[in-house]
Amino acid sequence: MASLDMQQVSKSFGRTKALSELTLSIKDGEFLILLGPTGAGKTTTLRCVAGLEKPETGTISINRENVVGLSPAERDVAFVFQSYALYPRKTVFENMAFPLQARRLSPQEITRQVEEIASKLRITELLQRRPTELSGGQQQRVALGRAMVRRPQVFLMDEPLTNLDFKLRVEMRAELKRLQKELGATFFYVTNDQVEAMSMADRIAILDHGKLQQVDVPEDVYSRPANQFVAAFVGSPRMNFMPCSVDSSQRRLVGSGWHMVLAGDALERLSKGSGLRYVFGVRAEDVQVTREANHETIAGKVYVTEPLGDRTLLDIQLGETMMKVKVPATFVTHPGETLHLRFDAQRFHLFDQQSGETIV
Amino acid sequence: MTNLSSAPRTQTPRMRPRFGWFSDRWIAVSFLTPTMLLLLFMTVFPLIWSLYLSFTEWSVARNTREAPVWVGTQNYVDLLTNERTWERFVVTGQFVVPAVVIELVLGFAVAMLLNRKFAGRGALMTGLLIPMMLSPVVVALFWRFMMQGDGVLNYYIEAVLGVPPVQWLTGRSVALWSLVLVDVWMWTPFMMLISLAGLSAVPKYLYEAAAVYRASAWFRFRHITLPMVTPLLLIAIIFRMMDAYKLFDQAFVLFGLGGGPGRSAQTAALYIYQVAFDQFNTGEGSALGYIMLVVIIALANIFIRVLNQAKTGQ
Repeated sequence: MASLDMQQVSKSFGRTKALSELTLSIKDGEFLILLGPTGAGKTTTLRCVAGLEKPETGTISINRENVVGLSPAERDVAFVFQSYALYPRKTVFENMAFPLQARRLSPQEITRQVEEIASKLRITELLQRRPTELSGGQQQRVALGRAMVRRPQVFLMDEPLTNLDFKLRVEMRAELKRLQKELGATFFYVTNDQVEAMSMADRIAILDHGKLQQVDVPEDVYSRPANQFVAAFVGSPRMNFMPCSVDSSQRRLVGSGWHMVLAGDALERLSKGSGLRYVFGVRAEDVQVTREANHETIAGKVYVTEPLGDRTLLDIQLGETMMKVKVPATFVTHPGETLHLRFDAQRFHLFDQQSGETIV
Repeated sequence: MTNLSSAPRTQTPRMRPRFGWFSDRWIAVSFLTPTMLLLLFMTVFPLIWSLYLSFTEWSVARNTREAPVWVGTQNYVDLLTNERTWERFVVTGQFVVPAVVIELVLGFAVAMLLNRKFAGRGALMTGLLIPMMLSPVVVALFWRFMMQGDGVLNYYIEAVLGVPPVQWLTGRSVALWSLVLVDVWMWTPFMMLISLAGLSAVPKYLYEAAAVYRASAWFRFRHITLPMVTPLLLIAIIFRMMDAYKLFDQAFVLFGLGGGPGRSAQTAALYIYQVAFDQFNTGEGSALGYIMLVVIIALANIFIRVLNQAKTGQ
């Protein structure tokens, strides 16, 4: 197993800049997930590491050895494709055995290794079938198996769960995480599904427009986003955003129709002056909803209620903005009712309106 | 109960459009009728009439005023027991198999070469497709011209290779191969075109997977390219087989009705023409036509079965 290190990697397709100066390190045995919206450059990053694309500048090292210029075969990486890329005319066994045959192992040894991996992936009974006879989830396991038999330095996975149905995707998430820990392997995994990233990754790297936004453990990505993009992309429902300004004399944030008293040293971190120069962000679960008004609350009207079972998601209209808040399922309300919201002085985010950088 | 008819009418009165008679059905019928009539008189009727004629003794030239004489299966018995009939089919096979095989191999190879991006690809493709777009008679005419004893082919063979001239059109053992050569020249582009369509449809990620997993070039060809392209190639082979099997024009232009030296290049189609329109044995000619039809249908069926097997993955 091995570490992976990318330094200042850039790649363009014609005039489109796919990656700009990407620097990212993955530790030995780490499960790192590259998260970002469609077109962010995630797959390009992975393909550069695999050797399927050649970056214009920068170095990519696997186990401290620069691999730029090496062919995909020489890099000792496994690539799991979104579309699985199984050889259609070969059986599952042949598909999995192939990377070993290329190494000229004895037939007995190949059979033993394939069967070992197959039992790990619970596909032993599928070994004599052909890919076209398998379901998506089974094909995905075979593709994983083909990657695993080689015991590569690094596993590269390009949205491997995207083509699966929801239930299977949830199952496979846990399965993948278990496998990764069991193998102790280095996983470099690409997805646009933030839930997938949050649930599986040791660390998450967030990419947008070819630029790295943040690399952190899932909890920090969620609770300490580096900028407004990360804050908006991670978390469901999406974080609520409202423009606001700072009233430093009274130590509070002022928005249209609401204000919030700042606590601690938050104020010191804000620059002086006023005007609507900040964006206030708060997650749905960090807003307290009450029926009693006081000087700290903001009144809003329930627009839609979305019962989720354990919780209920409320869309509340605050002047012109719509805000999503989560309340316990026992909190019964109906559209049109006026409720009062209170923001927690500890649990909010403040972003620069120009740059989107996190301030608090 | 109140009188139902006094209930207020909620239904809007039916409009009577100006072109009410112009329904979808009417349009469909009016478009189809001319084609159907044409098919009926030009294809279906001759097919049935010739089937009847194949069981009679009749000549369209000699017996115009007499009714065809019913002879039962006599024509078929005569033809199938006649060695000449078999010879004609063997000659046809000796032409069809090499021609189609060479076209397939050459066409596929050229397609493999063209299956990448390079400058001038479009122009090159267009150039390569020209033979296919020409009239077969024109093609045969200029090949006959080039293949004559003192033609340009022999000139180059002597001048450049220093080999004695070849009797392209008059050599007993060469004539059929000349026919193959012309057919290959004309129809290789067709095989190339179909192969190229198949090749460009192979998903790129399969090759990428092969690259990551250290597959050899042979493996990529044998286990990715070939299986993905085979179904299309089989369709191309069926087309070419059926077309080559009924080859008439090039053979007629190159060798005339007799089929060259010692009938060595007289294909089945030429023979039918000779019987039906040269000797004017219409009944016998019709029977021969039907024998050929049965062989073609049988061949096509075999290929379609193979094709279906290839599609479902053995």
